[in-house]
Amino acid sequence: MTLYPELTDEKRRELLNSMVLIRTYEEAILREYHADKSPGFDIGAGLIPGEMHLAAGQEPVAAGLGAHLTKDDAMTATHRPHHVAIAKGVRLREMTAEIFGRETGLGRGRGGHMHLFDPETHFSCSGIVAEGLPPALGQAMAFRRGGGDRIAVAVAGEGAANAGAFHESLNLAALWKLPVVFVIEDNDWGISVPRAQSTSVTSNADRGAAYGIPGVRVEENSVEGVYEACGEAVARARAGNGPSLVEVHTLRLWGHFEGDAQGYRTDLEGVPGRDPLPTYKQALVDSGAITEEDYNVMTASASERVEDAIDFAKASPTPDPADALDYVFSEGARS
Amino acid sequence: MSTNIDPARQESAGNAPASAASTGAPVTGAGVSTATDAETTAGGDAIDTGTGRAPGSSATVIEPEPGKRKLSTAKAIQEAIAQEMRADDSVFVMGEDVGPYGGIFSSTTGLIDEFGADRILDTPISESAFIGAGIGAAVEGMRPIVELMFVDFFGVCMDQIYNHMAKIHFESGGNVQVPMVLMTAVGGGYSDGAQHSQALWGTFAHLPGMKVVVPSNPYDAKGLMTAAIRSNDPVVFMFHKGVMGLGWMKKNKRSIGAVPEESYEVPIGKARVVREGTDVTVVTLSLSVHHALDVAEKLEPEGISVEVLDLRSLVPLDRDAIVASVSKTGRLIVVDEDYQSFGLSGEVIASVAERQPQLLSHVSRVCMPDVPVPYASQLEYAVLPTATRIEAAVREAVAK
Repeated sequence: MTLYPELTDEKRRELLNSMVLIRTYEEAILREYHADKSPGFDIGAGLIPGEMHLAAGQEPVAAGLGAHLTKDDAMTATHRPHHVAIAKGVRLREMTAEIFGRETGLGRGRGGHMHLFDPETHFSCSGIVAEGLPPALGQAMAFRRGGGDRIAVAVAGEGAANAGAFHESLNLAALWKLPVVFVIEDNDWGISVPRAQSTSVTSNADRGAAYGIPGVRVEENSVEGVYEACGEAVARARAGNGPSLVEVHTLRLWGHFEGDAQGYRTDLEGVPGRDPLPTYKQALVDSGAITEEDYNVMTASASERVEDAIDFAKASPTPDPADALDYVFSEGARS
Repeated sequence: MSTNIDPARQESAGNAPASAASTGAPVTGAGVSTATDAETTAGGDAIDTGTGRAPGSSATVIEPEPGKRKLSTAKAIQEAIAQEMRADDSVFVMGEDVGPYGGIFSSTTGLIDEFGADRILDTPISESAFIGAGIGAAVEGMRPIVELMFVDFFGVCMDQIYNHMAKIHFESGGNVQVPMVLMTAVGGGYSDGAQHSQALWGTFAHLPGMKVVVPSNPYDAKGLMTAAIRSNDPVVFMFHKGVMGLGWMKKNKRSIGAVPEESYEVPIGKARVVREGTDVTVVTLSLSVHHALDVAEKLEPEGISVEVLDLRSLVPLDRDAIVASVSKTGRLIVVDEDYQSFGLSGEVIASVAERQPQLLSHVSRVCMPDVPVPYASQLEYAVLPTATRIEAAVREAVAK
């Protein structure tokens, strides 16, 4: 685990704390998701129904990127959105209530875990690969027109780099010099297809060159490496110097979605040893940045926040079926 | 937050009585009674195109008298955009060839001269990127007008349109609005072949979350564009090339008509009786309105009285106006340049069949059959809903 000398211990604790909160959250959702789906697994059953894509192992991307963003910046994310949403500062209670399909949720139970919209933090996500990139361009256009140094960040998986919307978006953002940062989470797998079988280049960061923008690949799943790379990209966008592309070689610690037995996954045995969270924690203990006691306080505090959000969701009302046709339009109704 | 499904809100846009659906002279005169429309609008709480308007805008004018000044449909659209851009800094235009070229079908001619390249943006041929950018800008409070050059090109960017533009408001539980206009050219009749001649409005209307408007004449085009820009919902604005009044294409005689100079709205979701009649109702839209009017004029001396209803909007669909007209004539012909099966024509007939089946003594359709639009003119005109086909359908209807 590479540590970057210029980071203060305080910043390191912040980054670790963010990773701990995300992991605690994903473990809690995992627990709740499976709690009432056994003995037979029924994807549509239980308090959290539907597909569930969890981001354990990808905390370094979220924490390292989120540390550079403010509430006023925009972020678009993917079908696997919890970690970056948390790092962006999305309201945990309302996000959790949405995942539980409750009326108090971010989308009043209309969106679900792949469709989280938080106007307060300008966060959104989309379940369609690569299609979160184009809206980020428009958010960046609006920010630039409004003056100031707000930026838009589009997060996508490595599979998105093979989709048309990715290339159209990089070209347009570069052409118009938009304040955008594109972040690719390369977790090696497009569901069951390994990256080598889907992608013609070894680094998607190289694709930045095709559009005349900087492209950086962070090879180690290290929060400090992400922090440094994203820091430069964010600063460049804020300064009005245009978009950048950052790819992080990260880790999908669990399945593509819950219920995925991962029989296709040849690297499964080595996965636990690559978990970035204990590695980073140990590095900080070894460096003297934190003590074991500090870490225990961190995890306890994260648990408290996460369980509060889950309690809030569970105590919230489910939507009234009589309202099922609401919110198609803001004005009038479909006839 | 609504606590119940309000039955009135599930009805057509104007939940005023069907009898209040506006009536008027043929579109040549655009003679719509202002008083009637004011009442209709006041009674229809589903129509509220003015909310969320930028501060400082003047009171909304709804369907004023047309006056004497005449414009082509293309110029009427340009004028609507220009007036809204002057009134509201957040309005801008983006698309392929919308700048110095002025739009391939002249929807944006001259705008770049007044507003500059910062607000009239020529884009690369990257429809997913720039339509998506329109969505993102709208989410952050802008009011983009994004042109998709031909509706036929939706195949390369439909995800942004139907999975994002149309669903964000719903998925966010009403917390995020997408006040965007997607403007696009539709229709055939000039041998542009199967990939540049389609109507396709039924496809957009089928998918929830987009309002869909299809003006047939300059007056409605200006008013509907103004209403679309001011709407806080995404609106797909579909203009037929044959009603734009272009110098390089066979012009419909009603593609130039009287248009008020002032800014005004035609309410989204309200059909209009463009010719009153008693024997048969022709429900139609876009260029086909003019073919229907031509047929109605031709048959009048024979004592055949044809009522022509111009839908103007598909979403919301003014089902009240359809039922009101058919309740008068008892015979329904739907004329639709879109493909016949699984589309608008069936929906119009279902609107009557579900509500007042006893009204229907005759139903027929004059549509694009389920075939790609052919290139050779002889073949294309064999499948288009021409005046000849409409006349035959009317004669058949009244013969019963």
